[in-house]
Amino acid sequence: MSLIDNLLDYLRGDTKKTAIVAKERLQIILAHERAGRNASSPDYLPALQEELLAVIAKYIHVDRDMIKVQLEKHGEYDVLELNIMLPEDKRAGA
Amino acid sequence: MPKVIVVTSGKGGVGKTTTSASFSSGLALRGNKTVVIDFDVGLRNLDLIMGCERRVVYDIINVINGEVSLKQALIKDKHCDNLFVLPASQTRDKDALSLEGVGRIIDELKESFDCIVCDSPAGIEHGAFSAMYYADEALIVTNPEVSSVRDSDRILGILAAKSKRATEGQEPVKEHLLVTRYDPKRVAAGEMLSVDDIQEILRIPLIGVIPESESVLQASNSGTPAIHLEKSDVAEAYRDVVARFMGDDVPMRFTTAEKAGFLKRLFGGR
Repeated sequence: MSLIDNLLDYLRGDTKKTAIVAKERLQIILAHERAGRNASSPDYLPALQEELLAVIAKYIHVDRDMIKVQLEKHGEYDVLELNIMLPEDKRAGA
Repeated sequence: MPKVIVVTSGKGGVGKTTTSASFSSGLALRGNKTVVIDFDVGLRNLDLIMGCERRVVYDIINVINGEVSLKQALIKDKHCDNLFVLPASQTRDKDALSLEGVGRIIDELKESFDCIVCDSPAGIEHGAFSAMYYADEALIVTNPEVSSVRDSDRILGILAAKSKRATEGQEPVKEHLLVTRYDPKRVAAGEMLSVDDIQEILRIPLIGVIPESESVLQASNSGTPAIHLEKSDVAEAYRDVVARFMGDDVPMRFTTAEKAGFLKRLFGGR
């Protein structure tokens, strides 16, 4: 940003006040946290994670923390996100 | 019908104990027989703010354990005849504050008091939970600052889900927003969240605004609840809060920056 731009911003009063930034940040984080708090679903998520892990472990060796189950709200939709990180193929490097 | 009011916030250092001391004193000044209980086991401080630290003999844990009667542990306030302090234990393990034991104390207090004010410790652990569990109403003390607002929201969530009223499906705990350490000049400069912003985010009714003031430190230095200070914005703001709590229609003050007039500058207004 050039000096002229800075000056124009200053004259127009474009620099965002920190109180506004604070409010926006709070609105975003609290919407997220409230969604997590109010969702009735997370009750079954730990059990789901355990069972998925058991099934996957039958075929592939995965670590406990390599699988993540998350429920997120995107507008009107609930998205169940399943994230399994498979171990690197050991033979590949050999 | 006696009322149990919790003063809580989640975050530490926002003014819970200052508020508990002034709010309970204000209720007593208005003729309510009031008791204020310190729930911060291990970090007792309400006694210092109330100026009764040298008169503490027994504490809430002694009462819960049945070692002394409630009457023996209650300390009469030095300013108000109808105000009593129940101190926290300084030495015991905080787990000694059993929910069932607190319930027994509150039931017994309800027999002879109009208002039972519970000064919550910071955090969302056991102490804070036992302070809020039996509440009928809650003062949510919030600073115009992001971490405080977030923690207040968290506390509101816990009140709505885990308090006795919530778990037993009764009418929910009545929540009141109290904004403390407010600086209207910084709000006007866009450097501080405004009361409207905080209210919009937390979505609970505002019971008052306490301005940032040097007199709070002076009050705690001398062990006098800030509401007793003379010519103090803070004292007036707390009196307004108590009046609104009692149902009076009092307009909000201390929310906008006023230019100090000539007379005010000359004679001081703190």
